[in-house]
Amino acid sequence: MSNTRPLRAVDATSDPAPPAGSVVASAAVSIVDVRKHFGHGGGGVLALDGVSLDVAPGEFVCLFGASGCGKSTLLNLVAGLDKPTSGTVEVRANRTALMFQEAALFPWLTVRGNVDLALKLSGTPRERRRERTEQLLEMVHLSDFAKKRPHELSGGMRQRTALARSLAQDAQVLLMDEPFGALDAMTRDVLHDELESLWRTTGKTVMFVTHNVREAIRLGDRVVLLTSRPGRVAQITSVTIERPRRIDSPEVATLAASITDRLRDEMERHARGK
Amino acid sequence: MPAGSETLYPVEDPDIAAFEEQFSRGPSRARKIWSALWPKLLAFAFFIGAWQFVVWTGWKPEYVLPSPFTVFDQFWQDKSTLWEATQTTLGRAVKGYSIALVLGVVTGLLVSRSKILRSGVGSMITGLQTMPSIAWFPASIVVFGLNESAILFVVVLGAAPSIANGLISGVDNIPPVLLRAGRVLGARGLSSVRHVVLPAALPSFVGGLKQGWAFAWRSLLAGELIVLLGKPALGQELQGARDLNNYPMMYSVMVMIFIIGIVVDALVFGTAERWIRRRYGLMDASDS
Repeated sequence: MSNTRPLRAVDATSDPAPPAGSVVASAAVSIVDVRKHFGHGGGGVLALDGVSLDVAPGEFVCLFGASGCGKSTLLNLVAGLDKPTSGTVEVRANRTALMFQEAALFPWLTVRGNVDLALKLSGTPRERRRERTEQLLEMVHLSDFAKKRPHELSGGMRQRTALARSLAQDAQVLLMDEPFGALDAMTRDVLHDELESLWRTTGKTVMFVTHNVREAIRLGDRVVLLTSRPGRVAQITSVTIERPRRIDSPEVATLAASITDRLRDEMERHARGK
Repeated sequence: MPAGSETLYPVEDPDIAAFEEQFSRGPSRARKIWSALWPKLLAFAFFIGAWQFVVWTGWKPEYVLPSPFTVFDQFWQDKSTLWEATQTTLGRAVKGYSIALVLGVVTGLLVSRSKILRSGVGSMITGLQTMPSIAWFPASIVVFGLNESAILFVVVLGAAPSIANGLISGVDNIPPVLLRAGRVLGARGLSSVRHVVLPAALPSFVGGLKQGWAFAWRSLLAGELIVLLGKPALGQELQGARDLNNYPMMYSVMVMIFIIGIVVDALVFGTAERWIRRRYGLMDASDS
């Protein structure tokens, strides 16, 4: 708990100057040559190795890879919940909001209470909170469920509430760690549409982690393919398919196949010991 | 469907019928109360029967072990004294428990949040919890004298460790994902304690609160038996009845103590537990 200061810029190296040429001055998130090692000595795990990535303001970037590739670790670093072993993570935004696979709503509060608490904790004055809460609930189509408690909601509604709670923080950068991973396909489709339109209207920068390549292509401006153990950026694909995209469209399927092939190659190489 | 209750539309579908059955409230409420009540009544009748049976066997002379009906008669006769004594004793219990609650919560929070405090004080709290509170009385009387403070001191010492330990285990049992969510939302320090840690710990903390009450109540009665003060109190009446060889009175005070135990458990802690389980969604829809 002690290492969770709300760091906006995490600098684990003693050298404050970033490597020349690798940081785009306008990037919302700059990740430069990040290594993350868990544990001590030889028994630890190298989760990330030499990961560099710039995310432009307003961009929707999807991080895709097999489990254990350090996707979540990377998001935690950007969120400031953890520090890199070496390399730098710089966030040029007021703050980040993080949403994960579990809705993690507070069960003792109603839907409205959960959103209201997020506003309170991010320092919104009391007189503005009520109106803002209603606005946010409207945005995620939960106005009619404001008085319900989390256990009375479906999985999709819980994630909507979690989304409203993340939006309540008014962060310019939204980090999403497999937020729809536990939902059924139909609900996920609907939430993709809603997330896309929220992203468009709010202009937020989104980093979205998923292990579903079609989901990554459906949503992302770019899809970053990460390899496993250690996590490295294997390939970055710009998705040029026109929005709104459909997850079951042939274009998405074609691109998905090529990215999946690449992932398979990487995994086989890894299995053979490089 | 019970006869006489209205259906909204003709029911053919068994699923709809089951649905309606579940949501029609009228007649099922009385039935629910009765189904909760009759086992208790039966158990009570059995207990009285067993008591009376022992009296009939002539195991002990009747002035030592009077029949339940003699005791209830005495109970009724002494009801005003008993009521007065109950008020004094309950007043002390509430006072002592409140102090213990504040101390226990503060200690529990500090210990659960600090590794150093936990390794230093954690086992001491458990040690205090297992120490019979009556062992504190000689020291308490020496320090405070023969007065109410001596009793309260022991009551607080009896209850606070259980409350503190209950809170510590409540905090330890918080789902990590809720703490993570709190951190991500910017809850730090006191705001985290108030908005995340305490409410999240509450469901398992109730057990500690309940145990704390039990210890407070036991310590209090022990104290009232030893520290006899001017005001009538349950422990004192119990001791007084024995001293005056008024055994029916002695048993009727015991009955009163027993009743208070049941009532507090059912009304205060039972209600709190049900409220929390419903609010936190820890209850199956069918048993609400």
